[in-house]
Amino acid sequence: MSPSKSASLIDARILLPALADAFRKLDPRSLARNPVMFVVAVVSALTTILFVKDLATGGANLGFSFQIVLWLWFTVLFANFAEAVAEGRGKAQADSLRKTRSETEAKLLSGDDRSQFRLVPGTSLKVGDVVLVEAGDIIPSDGEVIEGVASVNEAAITGESAPVIRESGGDRSAVTGGTQVLSDWIRVRITAAAGSTFIDRMIALVEGAERQKTPNEIALNILLAGMTLIFVLATVTIPSFATYAGGYIPVVVLVALFVTLIPTTIGALLSAIGIAGMDRLVRFNVLAMSGRAVEAAGDVDTLLLDKTGTITLGNRQATEFRPVRGVGEQELADAAQIASLADETPEGRSIVVLAKEKYAIRARDMGSLHATFVPFTAQSRMSGVDLEGSQIRKGAVDAVLKYVEGASAKSTPETVREVQAIAAEIAKAGGTPLAVARDGRLLGVVHLKDIVKGGIRERFTELRRMGIRTVMITGDNPMTAAAIAAEAGVDDFLAQATPENKLALIREEQAKGKLVAMCGDGTNDAPALAQADVGVAMNTGTVAAREAGNMVDLDSDPTKLIEIVEIGKQLLMTRGALTTFSIANDVAKYFAIIPAMFLAFYPQLGALNIMGLQTPQSAILSAIIFNALIIVALIPLALKGVKYRAVGAGALLSRNLLVYGLGGLVVPFIGIKAIDMAITAIGLI
Amino acid sequence: MTLFGWIQILVFCAIVLALVKPLGSYITRVFKGERTFLSPVLAPVERGLYALAGTHEREEQHWSAYAVALLLFNLAGLLLLYGLQRFQGLLPLNPDGMGAVAPDLAFNTAVSFVTNTNWQGYGGESTMSYLTQMLGLTVQNFVSGATGIAIAIALIRGFARASAQSVGSFWVDLTRATLYLLLPLCILLTLAYVALGVPQTLDPSVTATTLEGAQQTIARGPVASQLAIKMLGTNGGGFFNANSAHPFENPDAISNLIQMVSIFAIGAALTNVFGRMVGNERQGWAILSAMGVLFIAGVAICYWAEAAGNPLVQGLGLQGGNLEGKEMRFGIPLSALFAVVTTAASCGAVNAMHGSFTALGGMIPLINMELGEVIVGGVGAGFYGIVLFVVLAIFVAGLMVGRTPEYLGKKIEAREVKMAMLAILCLPAGMLVFTAIAVVLPGAVASAGNSGPHGFSEILYAYTSAAANNGSAFASLSANTLWYNTTLGITMLVGRFLVIIPALAIAGSLAAKKSVPASAGTFPTDGPLFVGLLVGVILIVGGLTFFPALAVGPIVEHLAMLAGQSF
Repeated sequence: MSPSKSASLIDARILLPALADAFRKLDPRSLARNPVMFVVAVVSALTTILFVKDLATGGANLGFSFQIVLWLWFTVLFANFAEAVAEGRGKAQADSLRKTRSETEAKLLSGDDRSQFRLVPGTSLKVGDVVLVEAGDIIPSDGEVIEGVASVNEAAITGESAPVIRESGGDRSAVTGGTQVLSDWIRVRITAAAGSTFIDRMIALVEGAERQKTPNEIALNILLAGMTLIFVLATVTIPSFATYAGGYIPVVVLVALFVTLIPTTIGALLSAIGIAGMDRLVRFNVLAMSGRAVEAAGDVDTLLLDKTGTITLGNRQATEFRPVRGVGEQELADAAQIASLADETPEGRSIVVLAKEKYAIRARDMGSLHATFVPFTAQSRMSGVDLEGSQIRKGAVDAVLKYVEGASAKSTPETVREVQAIAAEIAKAGGTPLAVARDGRLLGVVHLKDIVKGGIRERFTELRRMGIRTVMITGDNPMTAAAIAAEAGVDDFLAQATPENKLALIREEQAKGKLVAMCGDGTNDAPALAQADVGVAMNTGTVAAREAGNMVDLDSDPTKLIEIVEIGKQLLMTRGALTTFSIANDVAKYFAIIPAMFLAFYPQLGALNIMGLQTPQSAILSAIIFNALIIVALIPLALKGVKYRAVGAGALLSRNLLVYGLGGLVVPFIGIKAIDMAITAIGLI
Repeated sequence: MTLFGWIQILVFCAIVLALVKPLGSYITRVFKGERTFLSPVLAPVERGLYALAGTHEREEQHWSAYAVALLLFNLAGLLLLYGLQRFQGLLPLNPDGMGAVAPDLAFNTAVSFVTNTNWQGYGGESTMSYLTQMLGLTVQNFVSGATGIAIAIALIRGFARASAQSVGSFWVDLTRATLYLLLPLCILLTLAYVALGVPQTLDPSVTATTLEGAQQTIARGPVASQLAIKMLGTNGGGFFNANSAHPFENPDAISNLIQMVSIFAIGAALTNVFGRMVGNERQGWAILSAMGVLFIAGVAICYWAEAAGNPLVQGLGLQGGNLEGKEMRFGIPLSALFAVVTTAASCGAVNAMHGSFTALGGMIPLINMELGEVIVGGVGAGFYGIVLFVVLAIFVAGLMVGRTPEYLGKKIEAREVKMAMLAILCLPAGMLVFTAIAVVLPGAVASAGNSGPHGFSEILYAYTSAAANNGSAFASLSANTLWYNTTLGITMLVGRFLVIIPALAIAGSLAAKKSVPASAGTFPTDGPLFVGLLVGVILIVGGLTFFPALAVGPIVEHLAMLAGQSF
């Protein structure tokens, strides 16, 4: 399941079963899903019947008719094969997932205090049951941790072997059935019944069993069906034109013209493109709950990105000690370091590191200092240490100022103002100020800085070229947010974000007709995730968030939103490119078949045989062989997708029009001529 | 081809282009309900008409109500026109004592004028009373043109509006198109034609004694007024059977130029109206450019083919181009230009006999119509016709920029594609299916004036002209038979209303959509890339369908001519 395990395109384990599937898919019920190929199959069947009749009555040109009939069926089979290959790649993944769904036993808790459990089969669990999962147990079904904390191995779904922590409350309470608890225990309330768990859904998704046609696919199918009808009209009227001219055209030739004209190339590859698109996401460890979501990803206009973890490294780091007048940098660094020794937060650790690197203050043993650590609380918004007769505190500037006010007034108003000035300066630069005081005396401010991820600025520039606006979401105050936004190069930011104003922002963008993508993990993100057009929930997130989003990122990496957008675009582009190619191909096919068709009674039309094809029969056969082989030739492109380049739409379009439009005009002229030479050389005609 | 010939063609193009902006600005104001310089005179009339009809200027319609109103109005027009023809013998203003028109011909003619086709299975001066011509045909010339304009405006509103339920009021649009646009321009044009010598009288035909002493009946009548709307409304139904080749209907090069310009004027200006109403005139110019590319290509081929002439005739010692069926006062370039203009737009008036063109020269008018007359096109009809192709082009190519295709901020989705396909499907259905039946019916084939590929082209041309609502003919087909009157009538109805309804459905569905703001990721639709794409899609989707039919018609005739064989 990890991205590195991407199956190569030519893999016997996929190709061989796909060959068998190609025949299995001749089932009319399966063919009926694809209007163009269904028509080809119907026409092939009719032609076969006519051929058999001719065979019995001894008609002319049997060898030629036989070859046409054969290639008609190849056209259908190649289309089935393309779909089977695409599905086969998903099936391989589904199989590896299925292994994790082995039968488990669950410790179902019962009694008022839930103190006892009895062993029941995992499949018998109902939503709302509470189970105990201890070290070594497999979590029987999806659920939410209601008590306890445990490390869980989620390699089954993420492919990542490092264990993750799952605990009750907060944003890491969701557990997935099939994953294993490595240490400690948790009580889990079951949130999904057997058969509808996350893994079940994943299997269904990657297998394509639940595949619904997406809006664009439906529209494209209508277009293709319409084109098919137009060519029905163009072909069925030909026999009477021939009659008027005193000629006759065999049915098999008309069928050949018809099948080569209708958009079989895109018709054959359309579902493979869709399946491959979902598959690319899965390879990327992102699960889309519907194809619609993948398509919407390509259309996204606005990306809402959380600052922390996406734009900046997860943690702020101390970069500078700013003492007030009369206090040495060394003294401030010393106090800050002591106050942070027992502080295990990344910020605290970064202070210790900075003190060591810049002022050579070495770590000291808390025990020998007789120090007691005062942890951070939401009320005090400070942390620190109590030494013998001495108190050191660090924390939010306003909290520390309040603290020194309360203590004996050792800080002059000037010092207070100075601290406030430094703090404002730091905030303006996008940093977070952390005031430090010792025994009620203000020492100075530690500058904690958000570190913008390397390369992220370039990514945003790229997004801008794609026409996508990025909005940074942060809980910081507007001043800090503005500074980071400028540094990271995002287009806009939402400071002091709350679930409400996040939701409001999404609605506002949508009212302007824009499509919004965001990612989130917490329960309070759920409304916004549900409102967004593309909501990517982190796998580490809560059940609520996972239910609200329409994609789940198994790696819980918010940066992926950018790749998801690219995959969505790629899917749409591949469809457009192959449709254009398919339609442009018709020009050459007309020039191959029309002169051949009418040559018997209008020999002058031989002038239209600009390819110089050998005989009328070889011309018709070459066209239909080309038409069938091009499907196989384009399977790799359908599966890999047309490469997306982050250039403007105009440049992208002119490139693709050149390759697939002009290419689609020219390639069949060359291809048909080559096939004509080949089949004449080996004497098929 | 001569330099002088090309100068004449370029002068025509320059005049049409010069009119685009002023006329576009005026039409935009009219349909936005803003004041124009004619408002002081016409606004009270307009208000009076609404009061009389019990409709309100601000009462707008959902697209379906708009379509129903349009269909009812056209049905009423159809019945009235049919009745007028059947009872004209009993009605006044019939100085030449014309009798009732036969039922099948009356049906054909009624459909023909209501659908803006003006296919004429009759000779005007020998069949229709003045009352029928004026109250029936001329009125329909106005309102069928106005109907087309109304649909184009409704469709433009679909693009210009966002999250809207209505696309305008059919009654208001119809009234404004007639009152502010067609009527004033026609009065102007009528006066110009009269000044150039076109008759305008209610007196009966005159009888003259020729030099040989024979008696000749010279038909006349209210020609100038009908001529004005025949061109401006892209109707094409001539007062005389010879249409604009008749010296009374098109006396000289100036009247010829005015007529050609008035065929294109409104159609070309509507692209500008579109640009103005969606807030970016370049969008309109882009569409007009695509039309222009196809137009110039058509003119060049047609002019070249006619100027090159027929080598078989030249072999007999006649030098020069093909002058058969052309009026000497117009010559080859102006005849070729007129033929391309009249078939590019859905006019159908002719100043030369298309059936006498060379095979390739005659193929261009045929192709113009087969493409759905989207090259400027009939008033309104050309615009909504090309928008159908725009929808397809945008859908196919738009996907290639990696987004759900958008045009002017509107997403092109399943419903729009479905409607566009339906409308585009109607044309080959009407053109090819009836041709295929007719060419194997001995009775229908007998109507053709020629045999072989040329006879085939005559029949193909008739159905193509009917489905495209053009009205011109490959002249030597005797189409006034029960079979042709009926089937051509049906074809005209299919080609008109089965395109209009999907076009209005698109208007409604677009109007209801949100408008997506353009970004760097949006496919730019106002540049040469889009123009090239649109031209390609029109030729491949619209044109390729007809390749087999063209191959056994004009193409084989041309190749045979080169090989020394004629039909």
